[in-house]
Amino acid sequence: MALLELREIDVFYGRVQALRHVSLALGKDEIVALIGSNGAGKTTTLRTISGLMHPAHGSVVFDGRQLTGVPAHQVVSLGICHAPEGRRLFPRMRVIDNLYMGAYARKDSAGIQHDLDRVFTLFPRLQERRTQLAGTLSGGEQQMLAIGRALMARPKVLMLDEPSLGLAPILVQLIFQVLQEINSQGTPILLVEQNATKALEIAHRAYVLETGNIVMTGTGQELLRSAEVQKAYLGV
Amino acid sequence: MEQPIAAGRAAPVRFRGLASSRPLNALLLLIVVVVALLLLTRVWGRGPGYFAQILVYGFANGSIYALIAIGYTMVYGIIELINFAHGDVFTLGGFVALALLPMFGVTESQRDTPGVILPLLATLVISMLFCGVVNVLIERIAYRPLRHAPRLAPLITAVGMSFVLEGIMFLWRGPFFLHFPDLLPSARISIGPETSVGVKELTVFAIAIVLTVVLSLFIERTKLGKAMRATAQDRDAAQLMGIDINTTIALTFFIGAALAGAGGMIFGLYFNSLSFDLGFSAGLFAFTAAVFGGIGNIYGAAIGGLVIGMVQSFSDGYFDSTWTQVVIFAVLILVLVFRPTGILGMRVPEK
Repeated sequence: MALLELREIDVFYGRVQALRHVSLALGKDEIVALIGSNGAGKTTTLRTISGLMHPAHGSVVFDGRQLTGVPAHQVVSLGICHAPEGRRLFPRMRVIDNLYMGAYARKDSAGIQHDLDRVFTLFPRLQERRTQLAGTLSGGEQQMLAIGRALMARPKVLMLDEPSLGLAPILVQLIFQVLQEINSQGTPILLVEQNATKALEIAHRAYVLETGNIVMTGTGQELLRSAEVQKAYLGV
Repeated sequence: MEQPIAAGRAAPVRFRGLASSRPLNALLLLIVVVVALLLLTRVWGRGPGYFAQILVYGFANGSIYALIAIGYTMVYGIIELINFAHGDVFTLGGFVALALLPMFGVTESQRDTPGVILPLLATLVISMLFCGVVNVLIERIAYRPLRHAPRLAPLITAVGMSFVLEGIMFLWRGPFFLHFPDLLPSARISIGPETSVGVKELTVFAIAIVLTVVLSLFIERTKLGKAMRATAQDRDAAQLMGIDINTTIALTFFIGAALAGAGGMIFGLYFNSLSFDLGFSAGLFAFTAAVFGGIGNIYGAAIGGLVIGMVQSFSDGYFDSTWTQVVIFAVLILVLVFRPTGILGMRVPEK
């Protein structure tokens, strides 16, 4: 049984259809990657799951529960956390306040404190910068903060949109390592990435989106070896 | 060798703010200098006692503008809407207070008796709550359905709401100036041969300070306050944190209007006169104050309010009150030309 499942969803921006009959599943303990070119519908898929957009047809099922029509701020408290594209931090708040905003929907202050320590263990850099305004961090630090903020919700599912965008290779390496670490501690991850090679290397399974359709699916290794994927997305 | 080149390059950038190169801006600057010199000679001519008195009036005016400007800036900060109805919510606060006072059996004859304190406070609280609720309704009816529409649409409905509110107040009390009972203490403290501070001015100033401090504590310290800041900085991200942005936006309208409502009642108590279209000019002055301080910035709005109040008081006192509107809008234009982000504008880069 999948923890999170999309069943045949159609999503529109006005009259333009962004997703067509998209179905995908994320199991417990899995890292699932969603790859595809610009405008394929990757971000729209995540925004639909987190309730920022609503499907015209089809359903989103999480933990046996229909998410269709649930507003975004309630989806978070159900346990789905979305670190959006472009980090979307609160630039005029301190690092520490951004992290606390991540735990906004929670009330267990002991648990929040515990998760704060966990985030600081994963990203010691954030602890050094805790009182700095988020808008003044470097790109890599901002990405760490975006992931850390998402973890502060203690999500049952973590969704990340382009976590490697604009980062130096060494930071990309670090971020992907941390993602594997988070996953090995028991959080399933749905990962949207332009950097298909990296994403497929750590993903258990992956889907390829093309103009709103899922055109291919398989394990990360299978897709890495696939001739079509290599040609279209891996630049081989 | 690199050093001088870098300095040479930096120079035009540094002076762009002063606009020495552009003739039109230089002309503006010249006008400002001439007006400033004229003001200085008049200040010198009237002596220090008069100057101090003008300052005292400026603080009282400015407190009222600050209360209105804070609401303007909060609403702009959270949904980027210039809420043109805000000035009329301010007037409404005065009208509601004027209607409530007789219900509490308060008359002008009771001035300077301790018995008026409690009814005045009750009136203040009720007026604030009333304006808050009205503004939440306005947001629900006129702005929320247009939240995803092009920016111009809610702006037009805001202008419309302004006319609706003015129309309601016109129908309610008519087109004339209304006398607002003079209930603040009459005592004045003399601090010089020509200068005195009224308990009246002190009360106005004190209420504004208390409300501003309470507001800033609320925004800095409480969870809801943080939710408001987060929503203002990034609405989608705020939702992804679990913040109900509809509630947060409604709360912002409520608080902004409550402050404006308090401002309306204080205006009535201080100037003892109200009229249905007061909000038009007061709203524009407060808007100027909000822009002056950096729109979206609450402390900026408070400081901007005091500055605009001061400008008004100096213009009234040293030139002529007929010039005041000109002077205030000249300030607005100068700020927009030379420092569009205001004196406390947001300086943190958003990467």
